[in-house]
Amino acid sequence: MPRPLIQLEDIRRTFHVGDIDVPVLRGITLCIERGEMVALTGPSGSGKTTLMNTLGCLDRPTSGSYWLDDEEITRLTKDGRARVRNRKIGFVFQSFNLLPRTTALEQVMMPLSYTASGITDREARRRAEDLLVMVGLSERMDHTPSQLSGGQQQRVAIARALVNRPPVLFADEPTGNLDSRTTLEVLAMLQRVNAEEGITIIVVTHDPVVAGHTRRNIRLRDGLVESDTAQTPLLAGVAAAAPAPEEAAA
Amino acid sequence: MTFAKTLRTALRALRRNITRSALTVLGIVIGIAAVIAMMEIGKGSSGAIAKTISSMGANNLLVLPGAAASGGVSFGGGSTLTLTAEDCDAILRECPAVKAAAPLVRARTQVIYKERNWVPQSIVGSTPAYLEVRDWSNLTEGEMFSAADVRNASRVCLVGQTIVRELFQGRSPVGEEIRLQSVGFRVVGVLSQKGANAFGQDQDDLVLAPWTTIKYRVSGSSGSGAAAGGSASASSTSNSVFPGAPSVFPATSAAQALDKPMPVRFANVDQILVAAASSPEIRSAMAQITDLLRERHRARPGEPEDFSLRDMTETANALSSTTTMMTNLLLAVALISLVVGGVGIMNIMLVSVTERTREIGLRMAVGARARDILLQFLTEATVLCLLGGLLGLSLGRGAAIIVKQLLRWPVEASLEAVIASIAVSAAVGIVFGFYPAWKASRLDPIEALRYE
Ligand SMILES: Nc1ncnc2c1ncn2[C@@H]1O[C@H](COP(=O)(O)OP(=O)(O)OP(=O)(O)O)[C@@H](O)[C@H]1O
Ligand SMILES: [Mg+2]
Repeated sequence: MPRPLIQLEDIRRTFHVGDIDVPVLRGITLCIERGEMVALTGPSGSGKTTLMNTLGCLDRPTSGSYWLDDEEITRLTKDGRARVRNRKIGFVFQSFNLLPRTTALEQVMMPLSYTASGITDREARRRAEDLLVMVGLSERMDHTPSQLSGGQQQRVAIARALVNRPPVLFADEPTGNLDSRTTLEVLAMLQRVNAEEGITIIVVTHDPVVAGHTRRNIRLRDGLVESDTAQTPLLAGVAAAAPAPEEAAA
Repeated sequence: MTFAKTLRTALRALRRNITRSALTVLGIVIGIAAVIAMMEIGKGSSGAIAKTISSMGANNLLVLPGAAASGGVSFGGGSTLTLTAEDCDAILRECPAVKAAAPLVRARTQVIYKERNWVPQSIVGSTPAYLEVRDWSNLTEGEMFSAADVRNASRVCLVGQTIVRELFQGRSPVGEEIRLQSVGFRVVGVLSQKGANAFGQDQDDLVLAPWTTIKYRVSGSSGSGAAAGGSASASSTSNSVFPGAPSVFPATSAAQALDKPMPVRFANVDQILVAAASSPEIRSAMAQITDLLRERHRARPGEPEDFSLRDMTETANALSSTTTMMTNLLLAVALISLVVGGVGIMNIMLVSVTERTREIGLRMAVGARARDILLQFLTEATVLCLLGGLLGLSLGRGAAIIVKQLLRWPVEASLEAVIASIAVSAAVGIVFGFYPAWKASRLDPIEALRYE
């Protein structure tokens, strides 16, 4: 039987602050299959970001085992984790994290420069252009972040996350800095990526609207999985296509 | 990450903040410009000095009468009359390390040609060997006076380029007559240009004649006074004055003897200029000359010499080593300014790393290894310094050219300086860029991404 894309077994993470041990993740076990779109919710301080950092290979759990795409991550070295982040993971951050004074095209191409297998410049450029077209920014390729709206910036970030064709995309509060209309715009984009490219998406969020657009909701509380429920997702594409209600009123 | 990509990323990052990049690298620009200017000026000076040394005559030794200050009592050079033309012949004959030797008699007086007059820096009486000693082989025009002219005290002379310019206004002087204190000299040749010597004297401001003529016919030369004492016995002593060639001399009648007053005992010359066979042989030439002259002058062991020897090359070398030392000092100052510039680079790179913490976090999140980050920042610093170095290089060259144009100071472009300055600026970039780059590479991606 093939392994699921993500398999966590009794993941624990304890921070040491001075002499005090702060257990943040206290034994998390879960599986996420290829092609799923999952929301990770829970009250503030429940350990969502910490779990996300572990899943994203930015952090190492104190104990437990983590399989990602048939690779045991906890045994990898720092450079090994960098390679996994480059090839298998895309990140979308709450604050976009675009490079200042750099064009959208260059932003999207940037992760490819850390990819070991040689990708020609032309190939890199073609991929980046295709992705920017896909996220609807074909007219904005030479724009720098200061010339883009928040939603457009986040779409550049999504294109950047996908440039290496990773099997999984992590988004920590991707809509935290956006208004309700652009939130739907970004959600529609994520749903499309999930449906059309088959990329597994895991979204950390406080926002019930965002959580409602996924098929599965994992709730954390005090570093443990509180609930894990399947649901019928709302479709952002429909809502986003229509004019936003407040605008219609005005 | 390939080198080309790292380079491109670095250039892009530098362009993102072009003003700061320019200001950051200013120290390096100034440092390299100073180094280049110093090296070109220094090299030009020592080149000029080397040229001067060889123009003075290679491996020259000067024999002066009178002891160099000895035992607290000094007569001063030239205060005793001990060197003779025979000494000069003996030196050439008996010292194997000596290539050529010429006696020198000096005078200082006015030279008149038609209605023009001029006081040359030197009026030298010597023998045809003078040209060989001074390495002054080619004449521009005419020919050297002969040994016979020396024996006969012929009134012939050669003139240097400055004399041609000042007295003859550039026209050919050969065949013309110039007068030194009412004594007419026929110009038989023109010396080639030599330029200034290491002490700044114009070597072309020269009238060269047989030493006998200067000594016995031109008053105002150091030897002329001697003629007064013994005109009566002139003919009887002529053989001892010009030994080795009595047969060439026509028998002098008493009338001729009265016409041409000849010296009695003091066939002394002012100096003897000697060329050693090669520069390593200067030492042995000096020893051989000392031994020979001590013997000839009957100096008992322990007694001080009545002559002194001066190594002209050494004097010039001392001058050139002073110049070299000055250049090195200035170079040291320039290098210090490079270090200061490097510290500036380090400072700004540290600021830059702090400022770009989130960028570093992001790059790590998308797969940059610590090594990639280290290399990126190191490349940025190095490229910055190299660009600064290139800019400094052109500024330094410009400064050297300005010095050449405005101050007429000799400068010389030097390939080593170019290579060294590029190497130094790259090294400054690597050395001072390393710590900030290392700090950047050690950042934790989670912390870096969260950095405000
Ligand atoms: N590096 C750290 N050192 C010490 N404690 C930490 C560290 N990182 C996180 N924590 C603690 O772990 C707990 C969980 O933090 P985490 O950021 O994962 O919460 P979260 O669920 O993402 O909260 P929010 O919804 O507010 O983003 C918090 O109590 C926090 O103080
Ligand atoms: Mg969080």
